Order: sequence, then structure tokens, then C-alpha cells
Amino acid sequence: MNPYLPREAEIVERIQETPTVFTLRLRLTDGQPYGFEAGQFNMLYLHGVGEVPISIVAGGEADGLLTHTIRAVGRVTRGMMALRAGERIGLRGPFGRGWPLAAAEGREVVVVTGGLGCAPSVSIIHHILRHRERYGRLTILQGVKHADDLIWRTQYEAWSRQPEVRVLLVADVASPGWQGAVGRVTALFDRIELDAAHAIAMLCGPEGMMLASAAALEQLGLAAGDIYLSMERNMQCAVGHCGHCQFGARFVCRDGPVFAWPDIRDLLGVRGF
Amino acid sequence: MKHAAFLPRHALQILLDALSGEGYRVVGPRVRDGAILYEELRDVADLPAGWRDEQQPGQYRLERTDTQRSFAWAHGPQGIKPLVFRPRESLWRVHRSADGRMAFSASIPQDPPLAVIGARACDLAALELQDRHFLESIRDPSYAAHRAGLFIVAVHCTHPASTCFCVSTGDGPRAGKGFDLALSELDEGYLIEVGSERGAHIARMLPLQLSSDEQREQAEAEIAHAAALQTRQLPGTNLRDSLFANLDHPRWREVAERCLSCGNCTSVCPTCFCHAEQDLPSLDGQSAEHVRQWDSCFSEGHSTIHGIVIRAETGQRYRQWLTHKLGSWHDQYGRSGCVGCGRCITWCPVGIDLTEEARAICGPNGEGAT
Amino acid sequence: MSKPRIAVHKFSSCDGCQLAFLNAGEDLLTLGALVDIRHFLEAGFAEEGAEVDIAFVEGSISTPDEVERIRRVRANSRHLVTLGACATAGGLQALRNLDDSNEDWKQAIYAQPEFIHTLAHAEPVHAHVKVDFELWGCPVNGRQVLAAVRQLLFGVAPLDERDKVCMECKRQHAVCVMVTQGKPCMGPVTRTGCGALCPRFGRDCYACFGPAENANTAALARRLEGLGLPPVDIARRFLFINSQAPAFREEGLRHYPPGFADD
Repeated sequence: MNPYLPREAEIVERIQETPTVFTLRLRLTDGQPYGFEAGQFNMLYLHGVGEVPISIVAGGEADGLLTHTIRAVGRVTRGMMALRAGERIGLRGPFGRGWPLAAAEGREVVVVTGGLGCAPSVSIIHHILRHRERYGRLTILQGVKHADDLIWRTQYEAWSRQPEVRVLLVADVASPGWQGAVGRVTALFDRIELDAAHAIAMLCGPEGMMLASAAALEQLGLAAGDIYLSMERNMQCAVGHCGHCQFGARFVCRDGPVFAWPDIRDLLGVRGF
Repeated sequence: MKHAAFLPRHALQILLDALSGEGYRVVGPRVRDGAILYEELRDVADLPAGWRDEQQPGQYRLERTDTQRSFAWAHGPQGIKPLVFRPRESLWRVHRSADGRMAFSASIPQDPPLAVIGARACDLAALELQDRHFLESIRDPSYAAHRAGLFIVAVHCTHPASTCFCVSTGDGPRAGKGFDLALSELDEGYLIEVGSERGAHIARMLPLQLSSDEQREQAEAEIAHAAALQTRQLPGTNLRDSLFANLDHPRWREVAERCLSCGNCTSVCPTCFCHAEQDLPSLDGQSAEHVRQWDSCFSEGHSTIHGIVIRAETGQRYRQWLTHKLGSWHDQYGRSGCVGCGRCITWCPVGIDLTEEARAICGPNGEGAT
Repeated sequence: MSKPRIAVHKFSSCDGCQLAFLNAGEDLLTLGALVDIRHFLEAGFAEEGAEVDIAFVEGSISTPDEVERIRRVRANSRHLVTLGACATAGGLQALRNLDDSNEDWKQAIYAQPEFIHTLAHAEPVHAHVKVDFELWGCPVNGRQVLAAVRQLLFGVAPLDERDKVCMECKRQHAVCVMVTQGKPCMGPVTRTGCGALCPRFGRDCYACFGPAENANTAALARRLEGLGLPPVDIARRFLFINSQAPAFREEGLRHYPPGFADD
């Protein structure tokens, strides 16, 4: 198997979430099966421009479509924003190690996300809600810089109506009609009660936010090994060859992107790593 | 060397011809533009007979000597790396038809197998590390294709440069393994050791003679002398803990004053594996070639992630290089990523010496900051 | 869908960078089929005021007329791309910015200097209008220019090649002329994009592609000093082609001795 060779995928649906965030729902045209674990990513290829690593929001459900939510921040992603339904891109994956689904079974799950960090964590939320009986209480803490940055409001509302699910939203800057809290995501930890001995946490978002959240969760009594973080680094090959994503001894693309907190705590937050 | 046979000097051409006859494209050391490079080699007359390399930090000069020997030098800027991990190489191509459908096809190298003459012990050690990187966890098809056919004729090093320190990394000057044939050069010819079945096959085509005790002792003595000549060394054997305990050491800032972050060190390093991918579309936009090319942790693009440069400062880049090369390689591949060839010292335009930097940060014995 | 319209405008320059288009051979035919060339005097298209999708601008802004004209070009262009060292960093003619010799030169060169209306300083285009992308080089080359065109036609920003020349030298197996011959090569501080052209032919890089990212000009200047270059020559190495690029300008002026311009 050639790990570098993309497959063709057709854009079945395209959703503009915010002025700079869009969702592509994709169908692989080769008809071959595709499976992934929540937290893994794909390399998406824009013809003639290049590849980018994008986490998998959803896939393999009834319609068989793969869902990617993308923020237009670089050459490739800005170019991708102009794509329309019916157009085609390249796709290879899935890559990396996802969330610890097995370890989380039977336990209370806390999902902490910031910014578009919600994209990788949506896959875990979907998984838990689909297999509700296997998991304990689900707490979702979502922080955004500006209240208007929050995408999928209706989805959060729908999640919050599910049994044993709490959703707490927080924005650094509120806007008219904002129902959530104002401040940092860490401020929400004062508001939740947690069965720390039987909880597992999954963090995703800016590193400063993950550092602060991991520290706050440890304060609440969570074992460090029960805190998981999804990392981002420059990833080009996605198979641990090109070297860009190295974080100390780890290749984020291959050994991550999801890591247990003790595995990366020495270097997380050190400038330049 | 107990079982080494003797090949008279004039018969070395037969080795080249035998390899060509078996379908190998033979590359070997030749003098070009003031350095010894691996280039196509058909005639032993093109070997760098009578040349010696004088290497210092930031300086490489070829000098004439009166020896008739062809391998009485240390090395040039290249190891074996460029032959297997190519500086620029196509990974795949895509064609997009008028209706927007895309067809991807892998670019698997089809060129003939290579035989390389004159590989050094340091480069064999580096090749073993690159094998582990590119072949062990997930197989790299291009590297695998180049590597599968590679025939290696090593030459034990007898003339290390002042920048060499393979003794301190345990990788030379004797080529211990990883070769098909290994040569010791004497005035009258070569002692040949066989390292593989393919090597034995070629050796059977050569007019080999029994070697004498004196010849074998002479060859051993020259290798031992080469080891004794080396003055540089790395502190300790595993610098990982001490490097990662000194991430705020002032030396990182000091070296950044001198470092050009030009990427010469990583490019000549025989173990560095970083590469960047890039799309090269045809002008009409219908097709594109997806290539990879050598990158460096000293480049901005190496750590750029959606517009943020994680290692914007030179000191951070130098720290990334050193903590990886001498530190986290131990976790990744069970040993240091440095094989003591010293190329990064010689080919650094400003002569930064990795052994000196490591000593400044880790102490003379690798025990930590001093 | 109508074809994208492009224009090539010339300001103060030698016209050499436009040859990247004219010398493109078969690619020029391909390009002609992809775009609608509205203005390109050297190729015989003359519609200076045409509204275009991409305007390539060659040359520095050196006269009062050019100050006005570059504003009109900007107003008529969706993307404005500089073409080469003059438009990007002032070029050779910006050497006159280093002191107040502009008037003296005018008097010395022209028979009737009263007809010459130049600005005291020759400036890069970005000093006057917003620039969307800069193509460095004296001159630029076809590969570089057509790659940028292709990416713009794809609707994305061209790839900004900011690495050092050294990295390309090593990829091409060019032997380092500084390490083997002690030549005062500028490769370690200069942008790639030329394909390491000079070092591949045994010549030291003279920095025509401008400063690379994170260029440690001070360290290279110390090395040049160590190779025996007097300060005036170190200044020339940095100021020669791209004297208005801040990294080169600052380093060059540090070694710029009094009376340098009178040499």
C-alpha cells in the first residue's frame, strides 16, 4: 500500500458555517470501504495546490459520507473554500491515533474544547451519543474567543437536551443574545461537579487553553493519565516520515494527534516545541 | 579481516566492470569542483588517487599528495543518503479531466540498481538509521525501491578529517556491517571482505589472491591509527536527559548569534530525514506532480502551522536540531542520530562545531550544565 | 466563463524581467490560451488602462509620473504582483537612495538634465500601493513566474519561496564555494528561487533574490570579514541589487564607510 497516494472524493454537500469556516461532506468515488476512529485525521488535497491535515468530524454513518469542517487559514484551505458541491478533491487517511474510546467506557466523560477545536471532539461526542449506554455522564465545555465564532449552536442545543449530557458554553467576548458564560473555558470548571475518580477528559483547542484545562482538571482530582489532548503540528506526510510534526521524540501525525497528558506535559507550553 | 582476500591494485577495474555487468549503475568518489563527490564511475582512473581532504570547521580543501592510493581521504559533503533518500523526488501524479474527475498514480522509481564504491563506516551507520526511519514503521515506497537494489562497497577509513569523531559515537573508522564488500586499501592493492551473498557473487568474478599476514596486520594498523588520530568527541553516550534538562541554557542564544539557519548542516547530515512536500502543477492546470524535497528544521516552513511559526527564532531551531539529533533519537530509534562524520562542522559556512555546542550545554561528560 | 485578464506594466527597469514571459517558449502559447493579455507593450499589447485580474509590475517607482501611474494600475487590478528586484526592492537604481547624489548624477550623465524629472529616491512598488505578491530576483525566471501565475489562476496565493539558497545548493549537489574556496557567497542569507544558479557554476551568490526569511546578516558579515573582505565590499555585497530590502539595507549601511559613494 502506498501511504502517500490520495483517493478521489466528491463533494456531495458544502456548508458555509461562518465567513471563514466551511464543512465539506465527501463521498469516496472508488467505492472501497473506509473506516476511522474518532480523533483521527485525513489529508485533503486541492488539485495543483497541495495537501492539508483535517480532522474527521463524522463519517461512516447512514449516508456513508465523510464530514470535514475546515477553517480557511492557509493557501490550501482558502482555496478549498471556493469549492462547490460536485467538485472533487483528493483524500488519504485516516491517520494517527484517536481518542481513547475503550478506556472511556463506563466512565464519565468531560470534553473541553476551544475555538475550532470542537471539530476533532465532535467525533467523540457523536460516538458517545450513538453508544450512550456504554458511557457515563457527558460534560461538554466549549469556549470561543468571540460569541459569534461559535458554530453549530443548534447542535449544542440538541446535545444539551440528551439525557445525562451537560453543555456549558463560554465566550471571551459576548454578543447580544449570548446565553453562555463570559470568560475563559477554565472558569467553567468551578461550575461542574465531577466524579473525578471515574472520569476521563478529552481536550482539544489552543495549547494555552489545554494547558490551563489540564491543570484545572488535575486540581479537581482527575489522574493525569486520564486527561487526553489532541495536538496540532505541521503535518505533510502523515506517516511519521517528513519530520515536521516532531514534538520531542513523538511524531504528532503517527503517535498522536491524541496524547495522554503525561506523555507530552514536559514539552507542552515550552516555546519553540 | 581474518578471511580477507587480496585484490591487486590494477584489478580494481574488474570490480567496476563486474558490477556494471550485473546491471548496476556504479557511482564512486570523484573530484569535482574542489570536493570529493559520488558520481558515475566507469574507470578507476577517475578515482581521487593522490588527493587528500583537509577539513576544518567551515572549511574544506583538497590537496595533492604523493600517494597512489585512491581512498586516502575522509569524505565529501555527501554520504549514501542522496542515493536512497533523494534530494527531490516525485511521489505521485494526478490528472484532472475536463469533467473534474481526478486520476492519481504513484511514481515508483524505475531506475537501475546502484552500486556505490567507497562508502565509509559512518555512512553505513547512517544508512542503517535511515532504513529504520523509512522502512520500519510505515514503508516508504520510493526509499524502499532505491534501497532494495543498492550494492555497497565500503572502504575502511584510514584518513579521518580533523572534524571526524566516529570513534566517540562508536560508528567507525572500521566498516563493521551493512556492506556487500569491504575494502582495505594498501599501497599494492586491496584486502576484500565479503559481507553478503550478493557480495560473494561479485567476489567470485574477481582475480583474488590469498592475503598475507603482513598485509592484514598493516590494514588493521591503519584503521587503528585512523581511530587514534581523532581528537573531537561527543560528551557521554546518551545526551538526551541533559539536553532536555537544559532547554533554557544561555548557549542556545549564543549559538543563534553565529548560526545562519541556512540548513547546510542538516543537508549534509547523513541521518537527517526531514522533507517537505510540494505540488508542481502543469501550466494548463490539468495535471500536477506531487514531489518531496529535503527540508530542514532550520527553515521557517518546517514549523509553520496555519500562519504561526512555532520556531521563529534561530535559537529554537538550533535547539530542535540538537535535542533531536543527540537526544530524542534515542527514544525514536534506540540510539543517537549522530554517527560522528563531522560533515555538519565542515560544511557549516561559519564553522559551528556540534561537539563544542553539546559540551557547552551538557558538560564535558554529558552530566548536565556546568 | 471569460478568460482571466492580465497586464504586464513596465516602470523604471531594464525590461529583463518581462523576458520571463517572452522567453517561455511553448509555455507562452499555453499561457495565451489560458488568459487574455490586455497590456504588455513588449509583446505588442497596448491597453494601459484596461481592468485586469492580474497585473504584473516590473520596475521601481522613480519619477513623479510613475507615482501617478502605479496608482491607476492598482485601481484597475484585482491582484498586483511585482516582477523582480526593481519593483520589489528598488533594484540597482535605488543605490542612489543611499546618499544625495541623484542631482550630481543627473548633471554628469545627461546633456540636458533640465528635461529629466526623477524622484530623489527610487522606491519599491509597495512603498506606494498595496502589493498582493512579490516575485524577487534580478531577473526573475520563467519557472518562478509561471508557477505564480498558475497558483493565481487556481485562485490561491502563490507559494512564497523564502528558504535560503544553501538548501537548494545542497539538493542540487552544488559544492559550497564558500567552504571549499572561501568565496564571499551570499547564499546563507538569500532567498531561493533561482535554482542555486550561480553556485552551480562555481560562482558565489550575489543576493539578487533578496533576503531569505530569518536572515542572520550580521553573522554572515562577520564571516565575510573573516574571509578578508574590507567593509566597503561587505556593504556592496548587501546593497548591490536589493538595497531597499530592510534586512540588507540595515546590514549594508553598517559597513558603509563615509565617502563610499565617491569611490
